[in-house]
Amino acid sequence: MNAFLSFVQERGADIAVALRDHLTISAAAVLLGCLVAIPLGIALVYNRFNWLNSIVFFLANLLQTVPSLALLAILIPLMGIGMKPAIIALFLYSIMPILRNTYDGFDSVDRGVLESARGMGYGTLQRIIRIQLPLALPYIMSGIRVTSVYIISWATLAALIGAGGLGQLIVSGLGVNKPELIITGALGAIVLAFLIDGLLGWLERVLTRRFGRTSSITA
Amino acid sequence: MIEFQHVKKVYDDGFQALKEINLEFKKGELTVLIGPSGCGKSTTMKMINRLMTPSSGKILINGKNVSEQNPVELRRNIGYVIQNIGLFPHMTIGKNVAVVPHLKKWDKAAIDKRVDELLRLVNLDPEVYRDRYPSELSGGQQQRIGVARAFAADPDVILMDEPFSALDPISREQLQDELIRLQEELNKTIVFVTHDMDEAIKIADTIVLMKDGEVIQTGSPERILRHPANDFVRTFIGQKRMDSETSIDIPIVDEVTVPNPVTIFPSRGLAEAIKMMERRKVDSLFIVDRQHKLQGIVSIYNVLDQYGEENKTVKDVMKPIGYLVRPGTPLPDAVKMMSEHRLTNLAIVDDTGKFVGLITRGSVVKHLSEVYPSIVDSLANTFGEEA
Repeated sequence: MNAFLSFVQERGADIAVALRDHLTISAAAVLLGCLVAIPLGIALVYNRFNWLNSIVFFLANLLQTVPSLALLAILIPLMGIGMKPAIIALFLYSIMPILRNTYDGFDSVDRGVLESARGMGYGTLQRIIRIQLPLALPYIMSGIRVTSVYIISWATLAALIGAGGLGQLIVSGLGVNKPELIITGALGAIVLAFLIDGLLGWLERVLTRRFGRTSSITA
Repeated sequence: MIEFQHVKKVYDDGFQALKEINLEFKKGELTVLIGPSGCGKSTTMKMINRLMTPSSGKILINGKNVSEQNPVELRRNIGYVIQNIGLFPHMTIGKNVAVVPHLKKWDKAAIDKRVDELLRLVNLDPEVYRDRYPSELSGGQQQRIGVARAFAADPDVILMDEPFSALDPISREQLQDELIRLQEELNKTIVFVTHDMDEAIKIADTIVLMKDGEVIQTGSPERILRHPANDFVRTFIGQKRMDSETSIDIPIVDEVTVPNPVTIFPSRGLAEAIKMMERRKVDSLFIVDRQHKLQGIVSIYNVLDQYGEENKTVKDVMKPIGYLVRPGTPLPDAVKMMSEHRLTNLAIVDDTGKFVGLITRGSVVKHLSEVYPSIVDSLANTFGEEA
C-alpha cells in the first residue's frame, strides 16, 4: 500500500496529465452529444412523420451496438490517431441516451400545459424554450448523467489510438508489466466516473425539485 | 361582439364536426355552449382563438375576421381556461398569473401590481400564495389561479373549456359562485363550454344547446327550461317525456336518494361529529361500521346533550333507527311511512344490514319536480297536511 502511495506521489504529474486528457476527451464527447442530440430530440418530438423518428432511433441504436474498440479502429483510417477520433467515437455513443431522454422529456410534458400555453399566446419557439425545455430538463439531465458515466469508462480505450488519458496508464502498465500503473489508471477512471455521477446526480435532483413538479390535479 | 357566420368544420377523414353554425355572442354576457360529447361545442369555442380553423365561414370579433389576425397576438388578447387547469408547474403562482402580461411585455411594476390584484380578486392572499408552486395548492385553488390568469391582461373575451368539471363538487360550486361574482364586477364576454346542465343554468346569461355539430336551441336558461324546442332538449334538461299513452312508472326509493348521505364511524368523537355536521350542513349523521352496516343515527341534539364528556364517542349517544325501507320499495309506500311517522328522512338498508341510501323530503320533491312536474302539486298536499 505504501509502495503504491509513493508511486502515485512520484508519478503525480503524469497522472494529472492523464486525468486532464481523460476529462477533456469525455467532456468534449458529451458536450458534442448534447449539442447534436438535444436539438435533434426536440425536432423529432415536433416531427409528424413517424417513420422518420423510427429511422433516427434505429440509427442511434445501431451506433450503440458497434463495439467501442471496433469503432475506434474504424476511425483511424478516416481521421488518423490522437484525441480527435477518440472524441468523435465517444460522441457517437453519447447521442442515443441523450436523444432518447430529450424526446421522452419533451413528450412527457402534460398536454393541458401545452394547450394552455398555446391558448394564451406563446409562439412555438417561446413554448419550447420557456415551457417544455424547463419541464424536460430533469429527463435530459438524467440522460447526460448516464452517458457521462459510461463515456468516462469507455474513454480508457481511447489510449489505444493514442488519445492519452487514464487508459494510457493502463496500456503502459501492461507494456512494462507494472501493476501500479494499471491500478492507478483503472482506479482513476472509476473515481472520476463516481465523482461525475455524484455531481450530475445532484444537479439532476436540484432540477427535478425545481422543474419536476406536476400540475395534474387529483379529482 | 363575437359572430359566427356560416361556420363549418369538416375533418380530414370526412367527419362533419360542425354543420353550419350561425351564432352571436353578446358583449358582456356569459354564454354557455352545452351538449353531449362530440356535439362540437369545444370545436366551436376553439375557433374563436384560432386553436382550430373553420373549413368555411367567418368568425368576427368586433367586426374583425379572426383569420386575418396573427394567431399569437389574437390569443394574448383572449383569456383562456382549460379543464386540466394547465398551470405551468415550474413557475410560481405569481409567475403563472403574470404569463400573459409578461408576454405582452408590461413593465415589472405593473405586472407585480396586477398579480396581487388578481390573487385578491379570486380570494387568495398574495402574501401567502404568490411564491408557491401549483403543486402545493388544491385542485380548487389551482383552478382559481387558472381563472385569475385568464383575466390577467384584462381581455374583453374569455374562453373557458369545461373549467370546473374535473373538480370535486364543493370546489366546483364555489368556483361557479366566484365566476358569477367576477362577472358581475367585470362584465366580460365569456364563452363557457360545459356538459353539465345544472352548471349552465346556474351561470349562463344565454345557453346555446348543441348536438351533432348543430345548434339546437339558443336562449336564456329560463326560456329553455320553460320552452324546450324539442325532445332532445327536454331530455337534456332532465325532464322525462310525459306521453299520455305510456304508463307512468312508479319510482322506487333507490331512484330518489340523496347523492352523498353523511355517515360517520361509531368510534368517532363528539367534536368530530359536530364538525362534520357543520361542514356538510346537516343536523344528523348516520352511523355505519366498517362493513357499512347501519348502526344508528345521531342528531345534533344528542351530541350537544353530552358534549361535555370528552371520552364519549358517537356510539354512546346514538339512537337506534326506528324506521327503514328495503331497496326496491315503491316510493309512495316510503312517502306514506315518512308522512305517518313524521320522519324527515328514511334510510334504505339491504338484507345484510348495509346502508345503501337515504331519502329525504327534499330528495323526494326534487325527484318529482324533475320527472313529473304535474304531480308535484298533489304531492305538496300530502306534505302540507302533515306540516
